[in-house]
Amino acid sequence: MADFNVNLRGIGSVSVIDVKGYLDAHTAPELESVFNKLIDEKNFKVVVNFDNLKYISSAGLGVFMAYVETMRENQGDIKFSNMKESVYNIFDLLGFPILYEFYKEENDAITKFNEQGKP
Amino acid sequence: MNYPNRKFEKELIVKSSTDNLAQIRDFIKQAADDCGCSEETAGKIVLAVDEACTNIIKHAYKFSPEGKICCNIKFDNTKFLVSITDDGLHFDPNNVPEPDIVEYYKQKKVGGLGIYLIKKLMDEVEYSTKSGNKNEVVLVKYLTR
Repeated sequence: MADFNVNLRGIGSVSVIDVKGYLDAHTAPELESVFNKLIDEKNFKVVVNFDNLKYISSAGLGVFMAYVETMRENQGDIKFSNMKESVYNIFDLLGFPILYEFYKEENDAITKFNEQGKP
Repeated sequence: MNYPNRKFEKELIVKSSTDNLAQIRDFIKQAADDCGCSEETAGKIVLAVDEACTNIIKHAYKFSPEGKICCNIKFDNTKFLVSITDDGLHFDPNNVPEPDIVEYYKQKKVGGLGIYLIKKLMDEVEYSTKSGNKNEVVLVKYLTR
């Protein structure tokens, strides 16, 4: 059984998803259900904090691809933070840095959302 | 680099459930460690095998958990070979185009990333249909000294 845990926090208007453990085809549906909940509640500004994520396969990457456009169509986005090099390398292999913003720290990603919200 | 065991063969047979992916990864990681693989190389092999098995569960068995997946590892000197066989539907990965992330985004398309990752992560990848209607994918990584 893959060890995976997902936690949702709200920081102002931004939702932070903490992912922990192993994100694969078995555990990806747990992450999908969090994104569905966010969309239901009209929370479109999302930061995914990868600090405790040990492993990701393409099933996990597919989740971000499936939801990012809905977030952007609603003036939101999915931004990534605190990623280990080994995990980032997988995103990089598939060309994600062209379409997604990666931040070293969660706060930097939140700040970017808050700056974009200003007139 | 020191290779403690220069030659061995190991096998794992599991049912085609995504629940078993963790067990498959542990099996591959342990074998890679036994060969003296670097963490980085072991990580690449583990991910490639996960992707291949996920494709079998999705495409060959259409998520039925009653199918069989057999992972056989043959290590010889510096060649780390994983043969993965299943009895499910034949699936031709050559029909899957290379993904273009920008096109994927435009088309809201998800999937097809696994085959591309496997090619990027391994040195050799070969798909075939064996006698008895078995599908086989052979993944090879050459370990550098």
